[in-house]
Amino acid sequence: MRAINQFLSKIREINKRYAKPTVEMSRAVKLSLTILRIYLFLLVVLMIYKFITVIKVV
Amino acid sequence: MDFFSVLYYRFKKVWKAVRLYLVIAGPGLVVMIADNDAGGITTYAATGAKYGYHLIWFLLLLIPVAYYVQEMTVRLGAVTKRGHAEAIFESFGAFWGWFSLLDLMIVDWLTLVTEFVGMTAALGIFGVPAWLTVVIVVLLMSALVLNGRYWTWEKIALGFCLINLIYIPAAFMVNPSISDIVGQGLIPNFPGGLTNELFFLLMANIGTTIAPWMLFFQQSSVVDKGLLEKDIKMGKVDTFIGSIITVAIAVFIVVVTGTLLQGVPIDDAATAAKLLMKTNQYIGAFMAIGLFDAGLLGAICISLASSWAFGEIFGWAHSLNTKVKEAPWFYISFFITLVTAGIVPLIPGAPLVLITLFVQVVAVTLLPAALVFLILLLNDKKTMGEYANTPLQNMVSTTIVVAIITLSTLYGVSALFPNLFQ
Repeated sequence: MRAINQFLSKIREINKRYAKPTVEMSRAVKLSLTILRIYLFLLVVLMIYKFITVIKVV
Repeated sequence: MDFFSVLYYRFKKVWKAVRLYLVIAGPGLVVMIADNDAGGITTYAATGAKYGYHLIWFLLLLIPVAYYVQEMTVRLGAVTKRGHAEAIFESFGAFWGWFSLLDLMIVDWLTLVTEFVGMTAALGIFGVPAWLTVVIVVLLMSALVLNGRYWTWEKIALGFCLINLIYIPAAFMVNPSISDIVGQGLIPNFPGGLTNELFFLLMANIGTTIAPWMLFFQQSSVVDKGLLEKDIKMGKVDTFIGSIITVAIAVFIVVVTGTLLQGVPIDDAATAAKLLMKTNQYIGAFMAIGLFDAGLLGAICISLASSWAFGEIFGWAHSLNTKVKEAPWFYISFFITLVTAGIVPLIPGAPLVLITLFVQVVAVTLLPAALVFLILLLNDKKTMGEYANTPLQNMVSTTIVVAIITLSTLYGVSALFPNLFQ
């Protein structure tokens, strides 16, 4: 239990340390990150669809 | 100055450059040659068996592709002194950082399983049981990292890289027709037209040339080696030589299977080695040894890429220059990744085909993100200063990255839905 708590506090510490991105958020950076989010969202949707169809077949 | 003095002066200058290169050489060569891992050997063997020498020109195109992507990690590592995972966390925040780290962990572990599959199959040809191969590999790799010096680790890894050159004598032993190689292989062509099958194989070749772990590995390796801004030039030379060697090895494999196994369906490199043994036992043995070495090199780099990344983020000591007592978590994470991946091929009925499929699909989620972050980081003038991407470098690297993302996505999607493009 103590180890889990220590691990969780480490995660919180990492999240706090890297809470603010240091890269300058120019228009190009924002656009790239937005496209990346959409791309990954679509991939996840495809994977979930595949998973559901495989489960249905099984 | 007389002629001999000029000659002596030039020789001394060149020798000095060579000596400097030999000091800096390592990360680029290791990452590039390890890129020809067990999966890569299978892809090249299948390419040669299916299309003969016809796709050699395409492999040659991958030299600049591999070089331009990987040289960016040299600059980023030497300037920031941070690994790729830490650079993503710091520059883009915890969300993208965790996404990249967890994705890397999954892709690396799955890829590591495929390396063990390749190694056990390769030594199985010589009658070595799978469990013994796993034990040998785990002991060998543990001894390699536990010596407590990055320098020693790197030189031994370079020794394994030399073994990878075994495909060169194998290619000469098959007596290929040079005129056929030049006539069929060096002129761009799509044998039988751009069919789905050919397109899938081209995408597989690209997928095996640029893998997510390579970005993380080389940047961390540059940092662990302690390369500085002044070493970037030689680091780039190292990467360039590595990219030429890796493609040369791929071409020699294509020549071997293209000469002896053309028209024979090849599912994996071990099958190719077995079939080659029927023709010439030495060539088959070379293929099997090369496959084992490729899997070993891949495993060495992939397991380290994960451990370095975890160390960077969790703040553990994470250098090969540290002893186990000084960096216990670094070595524990390395060992856990290695052993758990090694056990999988030993489990009867383990879903190895599904794992191979997953590697392709999960890599597609990580590779685009890692490449986009790489270009954005190289454009951060505040951090990179004079080593930031120039407009020309941006044009070249962005074109390459967009092409890789498009093709690797199609590859991943076609792995998920095999009938989609038929």
